[in-house]
Amino acid sequence: MSARLSAAFAKGHAALVCFVTAGDPTPDATSAILDALVEGGADVIELGMPFTDPMADGPAIQLANLRSLGAGTRTADILRIAKDFRARHPDTPLVLMGYANPMTTRGPEWFADACADAGIDGVICVDIPPEEDAELGPWLRAKGISPIRLATPTTDAARLPAVLDGSSGFLYYVSVAGITGKQSAALDSIEQAMTRIKATATIPVAVGFGVRTPEQAGPIARVADGVVVGSALVDLVAEHGVNAAEPVRKLVSALAEAVHSARKEVA
Amino acid sequence: MTAQNPNSYRNQPDDRGHFGQFGGRYVAETLMPLILDLEQEYRRAKADPAFQAEFDDLLEHYVGRPSPLYFAPRLTEELGGAQVWFKRDELNHTGAHKINNCIGQILLAIRMGKTRIIAETGAGQHGVATATVCARFGLPCVIFMGATDVARQAPNVFRMKLLGAEVVPVTAGAATLKDAMNEALRDWVANVHDTFYIIGTAAGPHPYPELVRDFQSVIGKEARAQMLSRTGRLPDLLVAAIGGGSNAIGLFHPFLDDPSVKMLGVEAAGHGLDKEHAASLAGGRPGILHGNKTYLLQDEDGQILEGHSISAGLDYPGIGPEHAWLKESGRVEYTSVTDTEALDAFQLLCRTEGIIPALEPSHAIAAVKKIAPTMPKDAILLANLCGRGDKDIFAVAEHLGVSL
Repeated sequence: MSARLSAAFAKGHAALVCFVTAGDPTPDATSAILDALVEGGADVIELGMPFTDPMADGPAIQLANLRSLGAGTRTADILRIAKDFRARHPDTPLVLMGYANPMTTRGPEWFADACADAGIDGVICVDIPPEEDAELGPWLRAKGISPIRLATPTTDAARLPAVLDGSSGFLYYVSVAGITGKQSAALDSIEQAMTRIKATATIPVAVGFGVRTPEQAGPIARVADGVVVGSALVDLVAEHGVNAAEPVRKLVSALAEAVHSARKEVA
Repeated sequence: MTAQNPNSYRNQPDDRGHFGQFGGRYVAETLMPLILDLEQEYRRAKADPAFQAEFDDLLEHYVGRPSPLYFAPRLTEELGGAQVWFKRDELNHTGAHKINNCIGQILLAIRMGKTRIIAETGAGQHGVATATVCARFGLPCVIFMGATDVARQAPNVFRMKLLGAEVVPVTAGAATLKDAMNEALRDWVANVHDTFYIIGTAAGPHPYPELVRDFQSVIGKEARAQMLSRTGRLPDLLVAAIGGGSNAIGLFHPFLDDPSVKMLGVEAAGHGLDKEHAASLAGGRPGILHGNKTYLLQDEDGQILEGHSISAGLDYPGIGPEHAWLKESGRVEYTSVTDTEALDAFQLLCRTEGIIPALEPSHAIAAVKKIAPTMPKDAILLANLCGRGDKDIFAVAEHLGVSL
C-alpha cells in the first residue's frame, strides 16, 4: 500500500480526510480548491469522480456531480487534475472516489495504469463490494494502489473480514445507513462501532457521512483514526463557485484544528 | 434435471449471480447484507411448497391467470405468412404482466418481516401493480417516479394514489425512470431495517434478475402447455418487447432448452438507432449500473446516456443481464423497431383484432409484422401481448395529431 497513506495515519493525531468533486464547478477551478484543502490542513484528499447516476449520494454531492458534468468534465480532466496535484504536493495522499462504470469502462488495467501514472494512492469504488472485487481490485493492487472499502452499520462481525480482505490504506466507516450528507450518527454508536471494527481491522479506520462541523469532527477524532468531511465542503463550492477556495480553506482549517487536537484514546 | 445439465440455457445465474460476464451484485456496502439475506430467503421460499401454493392461488384468483393463448386470424391473414398467436397478459388484473412479479415479491417481503414497500416506476404500470399488491396486503407503499413521467402519466399517478400509495416525484437528472431507480436505491439504503424494494424488471443486483424471471416465467410455462395442448407442437418463433426485459424473459425462459423454438427480443429504436433511442443491446456496450453488469447506453467515459422511446416502459438505458448473456450466447436474437413502426403496429392490432395494445408490446407486434410474411403458413409465431393500451391512448392521440 501507499507510503503516503500510511504516513497520513501515523502523525500522532487523527487524520482529516476531505472530499470534493473533481470538476466542480469547472475542471479549471478544482486545483485551487485542492490546494486550499492542503493549506487548511487536510491529511488525505478524496477526489470525487463525477457520475451521471450517483445512487449512494445525497442532494449536495448529486448536484456537484451534475455541475461538474455540466461543465464538461471528462475522465481525462480528472486524471490531469490528479497528476498536477501530485506534482504540486508530493506528500499528500490522493484518493479517487466514485462509481464502478466510469472506473472500469476502459478496462480495469487501463484505469489502474492511469491512476498509477497520476500518482493516485487509493481508490474507493462505492458500488464494487468485496463480492465483485475481481472487477477492479486485483489490477489496483498490482499497481500498489489501495482499494479502500466501506464498512457500514449493516456490516456485521461475520462480514467484516471479507470487507477488509484485499483492502488497504484505510477502512472508510460509513457511520449511518443512508446516503451522503444527510443525518449524522450519535457519538456513542460510532464509539461502539470503532471498538467492534478495531477488534478485527489492522488498518486505520476513518469515519464519515454526516460530519459537517469542527464540533462534530473533534469528538469522532478521539475514537477514530480519521474523520471524513465531504458534503459540507461541497456545499461551500456550490455557494461560492470558482471563488470557493478561500471559504473551503477556512472550514478545513477549523476542522483540522479540531481533529488534530483531539486526543486519541484508541491507538 | 435441467439444473445439472451443462448444456442447458436454463441454469443461469451461477451461485454469485452472474450470467456469464453479466449480472452480479454491484451495490453499496450498506445494501450487501440485505441482498444476501434476500437471496437466502428466496432460496427457502423457492423450496417451500406453501410459498408456491400461495403464489399460484393469488395468480389464479386475484390476477386472473392463466391468461388466454389466442390465435389472431385476421392479423395472420393480413400479414399472409406464419400463424400469429398472442399470449394475452394484457388481460391480467392491472392490465399488464407486471403484477405477476409484484405478487411474488410482496410475498417475499412479508416472509422477511418487512413492513414498508418501495418501488420505482417509469410509465407507471409497475407503480400501479406495486400499489395494488400493497393495498391487497395492507402495507404502506412509496413509489418513486421521475417528475417528467409524473407529468406525462397523470392517470397512472392518480391510480396509484387511489390505491393508497405515496408518489414521490424525482427531479434529479432527466427526471425519468433511471433517476427514479436511483432515488429508490437511496431510500432503500436509508431504510434497510424495515423496507423491501420491489424492483419492476429483471434487472438490478442479484438475486433480483433471477427472482423476477422466475415469477414472470409463469407466462412461458402457461404458453408452452397451452400451445402443446392446442396445436400438439411448440411454436417456431417467440417475439417479445424489451425494456428491462421482464416480459420477454418470462416468455422465453421456459422454452430456452427447446432447440426448435427461435426467439426474438425487440428493443425500442425510438427516433432511429442513429438518433435518440433506448436499444441498449443494439447501441450500447457492457457496463455497470443499478447493481448489475449489462449492456448500457453510455459515452466513452462510462457516463450513462438517456434512453428515448415513445413507450415510457421501454425508456431505460439498460437491459436485464440475462438478455445480455442470451445475446452473447446467440440463443436469442435481438432487433429493434422505431416509434413510428410501433405506432403503426398499435393501429394494426386495433383494426384487425379488436385489441388495443400498450405501446410496449406494439414494438413486438411491429417486429411480427415484418417477420410473419417471410415465414411459411404452417409456421407458428407467438408474441407476448404484455400490456393493454388504455394508458397510452393520450400519447397515441398526440402522436397522431388528434386532440381529445
